[in-house]
Amino acid sequence: MLKTMLKGKAIRFGDDISTDLIAPGRYTHLRSNLPELAKHAFEDADPNFTARVQQGDFVIAGKNFGLGSSREQAPRVIKMNGVSAVIAKSVGRIFFRNAINIGLPVLIADTENISDGDELEVDLASGTLRNLSTGDRLKFGKLPSVMIQILDEGGLIPYVKKFGDFKFQD
Amino acid sequence: MGKTLTEKILSNKSGVDAKAGDIVIVPADLVFTHDISGPLTITQFKESGLGKLANPKSTPIFLDHCAPSPRLELANDQKVLRTFAQEFGCPLYQVGDGICHQLVVEDWANPGDIVLGGDSHTCTIGGLGAFATGMGSTDIAVAMALGKTWLRVPETFLVKITGKFPRGVYSKDLILHLIGLLGAEGATYKALEFGGDTIRTMTMSQRFTVANMAVEAGAKVGLFPADEINRAYLETHGRGDRFQSLLPDPDAIYEKVVEIDARKLGPMVAQPHSVDNVVPVSKVAGTKVDQVFIGSCTNARLEDLAVAASILNGKKGHPQTRLIIVPASRTVYREALDKGYIKIFINAGAAVLNPGCAACAGIHQGILAKDKMCLSTTNRNFKGRMGNPESFVYLASPATAAASAITGEITSPEKCLS
Ligand code: SF4
Repeated sequence: MLKTMLKGKAIRFGDDISTDLIAPGRYTHLRSNLPELAKHAFEDADPNFTARVQQGDFVIAGKNFGLGSSREQAPRVIKMNGVSAVIAKSVGRIFFRNAINIGLPVLIADTENISDGDELEVDLASGTLRNLSTGDRLKFGKLPSVMIQILDEGGLIPYVKKFGDFKFQD
Repeated sequence: MGKTLTEKILSNKSGVDAKAGDIVIVPADLVFTHDISGPLTITQFKESGLGKLANPKSTPIFLDHCAPSPRLELANDQKVLRTFAQEFGCPLYQVGDGICHQLVVEDWANPGDIVLGGDSHTCTIGGLGAFATGMGSTDIAVAMALGKTWLRVPETFLVKITGKFPRGVYSKDLILHLIGLLGAEGATYKALEFGGDTIRTMTMSQRFTVANMAVEAGAKVGLFPADEINRAYLETHGRGDRFQSLLPDPDAIYEKVVEIDARKLGPMVAQPHSVDNVVPVSKVAGTKVDQVFIGSCTNARLEDLAVAASILNGKKGHPQTRLIIVPASRTVYREALDKGYIKIFINAGAAVLNPGCAACAGIHQGILAKDKMCLSTTNRNFKGRMGNPESFVYLASPATAAASAITGEITSPEKCLS
């Protein structure tokens, strides 16, 4: 079962962060060596990311986060760096599925007023985000029920391990 | 109520009346992976404990992205795939056979099929009227094992194209124009379906180029109706019996209709670092080009090479510009040899490499140096895409690429066409 109260600081990115920026193609040879690949997460978007990210932090982005290639290593290296959720105005379709499949929550919200370093508290169950630094409160969009069911098991592999098949409830 | 192509295929396959917004479970006709999404797919498949593949014979594995392997780590990854293919009885496409999407349209896909590929440009195959979409390794691993997947039925944008292309303007210019119009997230989660009188005469090769880049507007699929041109293509590839006519209902409901007058299009380029940063070639004409790459699942079919050959015939590439040409598949390569295109390329000073993805994804065979620029017939120009975040990629048609290889600067192809 997924942890529903998350707390951490915001690590801020802009719009259109492609999976090439999250897990650069020049490190393709590290794709089967995820701990090494994780050291290069976001290298071309924020070279200090891996140095400053802490367990529980949030990746905050603008529109179309994770567009581009289907590489599942993109959400994986984010998760491996301790990030508890990605919160963006919108996300690329394949990235969205990949993140949920590996148990990394992706939340859609208007991130405009979240600044780098803000302390955030997210309640997955009620769908709310509190910005402890500014006092703002945000609602995020509800995930499709299928995705919640996958996320509740911790991802698609634990899901099929438990059910052996797609057994989605309406 | 009328149905889009998407709703027709998904209703037929799921056995329920599928409408935009519904979640359906559909059997997959083909599930594939390749040398960079494959190793993690196999790890996930093993981890799932599901144990067997639903249809090993229609679970091909392609060695195309880094083939032949430029590094020991990637060689080890390919070894994992070869062993898996042998153990589970999957068809294995070897180094030099070509790019997965091209081989899937040559050898596998049919109108109305569900095709799931561990690669975002799986949407290419929508040119054949198959519901083909890209997914990550875990989704593909589970689809390989269960023989099915879940999908949200997307809303559809109808792209209606009318009129004839002017001289020097190709389907690549059309799709670049459309992405510029929609924006890189303009069609996220949507289906793009193509209609209008122009597509009735579009060759399959042109359709694949257009469908290939649907994902660059965020779309889940890029679908063409299946018509007589499609039938003829399947017949040439020995699958005439698998043809079925597939058209949207006249009263289908679209979320949006985008109209494009092909007569008004000119040659286009997408500037760094986003695919929707599209301008007419004339706006950037004269920009120095260090490397020209004619290749990829977007634009390396026989027709693309024919256009490039017609421009390069008897000419030399500019001495300051490298020209790299990579046919999309072994069949394309052989046909280009027979037609004399390869000789033209070699005489023009090109490096002609074995079929595969080559420079496209920045892994090998054309990584750019700092500050250098490649004019490329590929589909992505993200920062770092060609292996160096301090380099630049412009996207264009094979004609624009060939014309620019001669002059060493971005050049409109109109004047080079005989
Ligand atoms: S040619 Fe490029 S876009 Fe196409 S499958 Fe290969 S790497 Fe991907």
